[in-house]
Amino acid sequence: MSKLSSTGEQTADAPTPEDAFHESATLEGRDKEPPHGSGEGGPVLAADGTPLKRSLQRALRREKLRALGLIAPLLIFVLVTFIAPIADMLFRSVENQIVSDTLPETTATLQSWDSAGDDLPPEAVFEALYYDLFLASEAKRHTRLGTRLNYEETGLSSLFRSTGRSLDDYGELFQDVLEDHDEIWESAGFWYEMMGTTGDEPGQPELIEAQRDRLEALTGERQTGEIGFVPAAAIGEVLPRTADAYAAFAAYAALEDGDTVAEEEPWEAVFAALASDLRRDGAAEAIAGYDGDGAEELQAALEQAVPEFPETTYREFFLEEDEDWGSLDAWGTIQAYSPSFTPGYFLNAVDLELTADGVSAKPEGQQIYVLLFQRTLFMSLVIMGSCVLLGYPVAYLLSNLPMRVSNLLMILVLLPFWTSLLVRTSAWKVLLQQQGVINDILVWLGLVADDARLVMINNQFGTIVAMTHILLPFMILPLYSVMKTIPPSYVRAAKSLGATPWTSFWRVYFPQSIPGIGAGCILVFILAIGYYITPELVGGTTGTFISNRIAYHISSSLNWGLAAALGTILLAVVLILYWVYDKIVGIDNVSLG
Amino acid sequence: MQTMPIPRPPLVSFTVPMVAALGAFFGLFVGIANGSGILGLAIGAVAGAALAYGLASYVEDKRTGRLVTIAVFAIVGLILGGVAGLVVLAVIGFVLGWAVYWLDRGTYRSTIPPYAKSGEVLWHNTYKFICGLIFFFLIAPILTIIPLSFNAENFFTFTPEMLSFDPDGYSLKHYRDFFGTSDWQLALRNSLIIAPFATLISVSLGTLAAIGLSQTHVPFRRPIMAILISPMIVPLIISATGMFFFYSTLGNWLEANLGFSQSFVGYVKIILAHGVLGVPFVIITVTATLVGFDDSLTRASANMGAGPVRTFFKVQMPLILPGVISGGLFAFITSFDEVVVVLFVGAAAQKTLPWQMFIGLREQISPTILAVATILVVISILLLTTVELLRRRSERIRGMSPG
Repeated sequence: MSKLSSTGEQTADAPTPEDAFHESATLEGRDKEPPHGSGEGGPVLAADGTPLKRSLQRALRREKLRALGLIAPLLIFVLVTFIAPIADMLFRSVENQIVSDTLPETTATLQSWDSAGDDLPPEAVFEALYYDLFLASEAKRHTRLGTRLNYEETGLSSLFRSTGRSLDDYGELFQDVLEDHDEIWESAGFWYEMMGTTGDEPGQPELIEAQRDRLEALTGERQTGEIGFVPAAAIGEVLPRTADAYAAFAAYAALEDGDTVAEEEPWEAVFAALASDLRRDGAAEAIAGYDGDGAEELQAALEQAVPEFPETTYREFFLEEDEDWGSLDAWGTIQAYSPSFTPGYFLNAVDLELTADGVSAKPEGQQIYVLLFQRTLFMSLVIMGSCVLLGYPVAYLLSNLPMRVSNLLMILVLLPFWTSLLVRTSAWKVLLQQQGVINDILVWLGLVADDARLVMINNQFGTIVAMTHILLPFMILPLYSVMKTIPPSYVRAAKSLGATPWTSFWRVYFPQSIPGIGAGCILVFILAIGYYITPELVGGTTGTFISNRIAYHISSSLNWGLAAALGTILLAVVLILYWVYDKIVGIDNVSLG
Repeated sequence: MQTMPIPRPPLVSFTVPMVAALGAFFGLFVGIANGSGILGLAIGAVAGAALAYGLASYVEDKRTGRLVTIAVFAIVGLILGGVAGLVVLAVIGFVLGWAVYWLDRGTYRSTIPPYAKSGEVLWHNTYKFICGLIFFFLIAPILTIIPLSFNAENFFTFTPEMLSFDPDGYSLKHYRDFFGTSDWQLALRNSLIIAPFATLISVSLGTLAAIGLSQTHVPFRRPIMAILISPMIVPLIISATGMFFFYSTLGNWLEANLGFSQSFVGYVKIILAHGVLGVPFVIITVTATLVGFDDSLTRASANMGAGPVRTFFKVQMPLILPGVISGGLFAFITSFDEVVVVLFVGAAAQKTLPWQMFIGLREQISPTILAVATILVVISILLLTTVELLRRRSERIRGMSPG
């Protein structure tokens, strides 16, 4: 066994450009302060006539560039394939754009609502929610938002899902009345002419572009296709809500469904918007002053249909659909998670939650992460401790035996090191099961009754035993490489001065082996706290680590933000330990056996 | 000091009682297993005492004495308990026979200075015994699965047939299962596709970078080193989490913009991920080999008119080859062994051998895993041997040690 350590500062005996550089600097320094009595003048020149200093500088720069050139491909590779994913994870642990992307208008109007009061948000918020949610449910994105908010407040997922299904009903209330009075409202072409401009009237192309941006935020993909619809400016002034709703409809129909806007009957939301606009204060004057496409029909609708519209508000509609919309907590959660970046995942990762009133502890029954972190740290410490206990005697023996014998015994350490992790884990599964080898032997020896077989797996004991076995080589190898360098003469000297064997070991040998213990401990600890496979297979429910929870959130609960936040915390712990390791041992001295 | 003759300890007051105690210890267990612990203990003690007295007094040659002991015990075992009894008693006989001469000839003191007190001698031997137990702990789990993989039943433990060495208790059916099932074969093939490519990436880029890093003047050496080593330091679960997010985006982009098929992109993702995980091992081993590299060799080569590329392949490469190969083996085993990243980044079509084993252990407990495990143990023994030979060769080339 040898300790393979990477290069530190190289100490080549041959002269290097740097040596020459320093030399030339001294030479030049001498030039500037003319030495006593010496008659030299002018800088020292290289063979080609340039000053030696510059020529050497250039050589040095070339050498540096060559070294960087050799490193660059790998550095770029690692940055792209490893550092970038880690950075992506860090970003995801705070990223929360889904709420404001899905409900942009709602979150904006909800800003001014006072969550501490006893009142529900005002009607304007419900109105905004209706149109935001309508578009989101057309794009089938409202369930995603529901899932996201459900992590924070249970029940929001079903709230969004069920409400998303019945949004059409509200628009149909008005659509039916309008179409009963005049069939022209059923005509896609009429709508298109009324809302759009063909070029001679002033248009509002920015309105439709805003909808394109919104769709991009909603679906995550930029659609560059032609929409074939330009909203008219005049109608936008008279019917602002309708213009918005129609633009959203047009953009969605053209970009996502690939339809021609002029041939599609508008969404129910557009009728609801029209009803809102017609019932707005001052709508009569505005329509009277409007003379563009559809002016007559609007005037007729205002006079005949509006009085027949059912007396209902957005708020009543939502409350009727699901009484949870009247819950202050639900609204508080939506408001608390409105910003694009949130500390919410990190708070969740330490059993806190972000509510409208600020940060508070999670309910008793849901506090698991602090416990899991504590358990991970505790079990890693136990594993580290048992590795020291088992590794120290072996490393001591190996480093004091003759080379030939110790090389042979080293194979017993290296074979587990080289054996697949899963092989070792399955071996422990075989050994520790209730019907496994160890229990069979104990029963055969009569130490354990057949009906009282020991439970050694799927609990903390199993995890600790298996992981101690798996990580033991990582303790023995650094210990061995340190012990190899301790001169035996010190202990002999101590003994010859009258120390007992114990004193000479404890006061002389042990202190010299502490760097090895430190290195091994940190290595084992870092490896242990991030372990996933072994705890997953032999840990059961009481022997799992925080990493199992991360994997659970990645693959089962799909709460990726929380997984990222847990991972970030774990990463921070590891990096601190890594820094300590660097201080004690130096990263350049990672030994690999 | 070592050549000084060791005095023989008193036979009746030391060797005989010690061996009797050892015999009683074995007898106790055999007795309990057969119904009566006390009887077993008594028989064991008497047998041990008699054996110690007989061998120490009448059989001078160690080897003959031990062989005779084993033979006698084995025959008694065969008569009392069939083949299983033969094996158990032969082992006990071996231990007892060895113990008699170890104690009687004073071999137990041979590695300790003669002035050591008896307490020290006892401690020293206890210590060696503890170390033996730790080595046993290290190696026994791996060795246990090898015979179990030949089990004829679908059990994870030794069946009575196996213990009585009945040929019917053994079979190759789990191996046939491994080579005959498409799931396992797909997994094996995937592993054999992914690991070599990942190794190729880490070795080629890693060797270049290691040469760059070992130059005299490298700006930002420490931060660069930290970045390059980081895949080894960051726990796999964190790397896997990060890669899970990033690589799905990357994969979608590759599929959409470069028109690769889904399965190809799946392999590319895992190969890239495993490639980067193997990089630190290559960097560490190759830079370690470069520590003793004599730079004047490259200067001499340049002096004689060789270009940098020619110098690299003709002068540097042969000298650092052992380091490169063992780094490559580390990278290979990293990829071949890796589960977490594959689980997170890969799709079912890229299922590798460890993944299949993981599923097998977690869901359908199948003894085929033991057959696979045995094959993997054999592979790791081969790898270990290769690395060890390479290391010695490298040290010999560089004249670091005579070994």
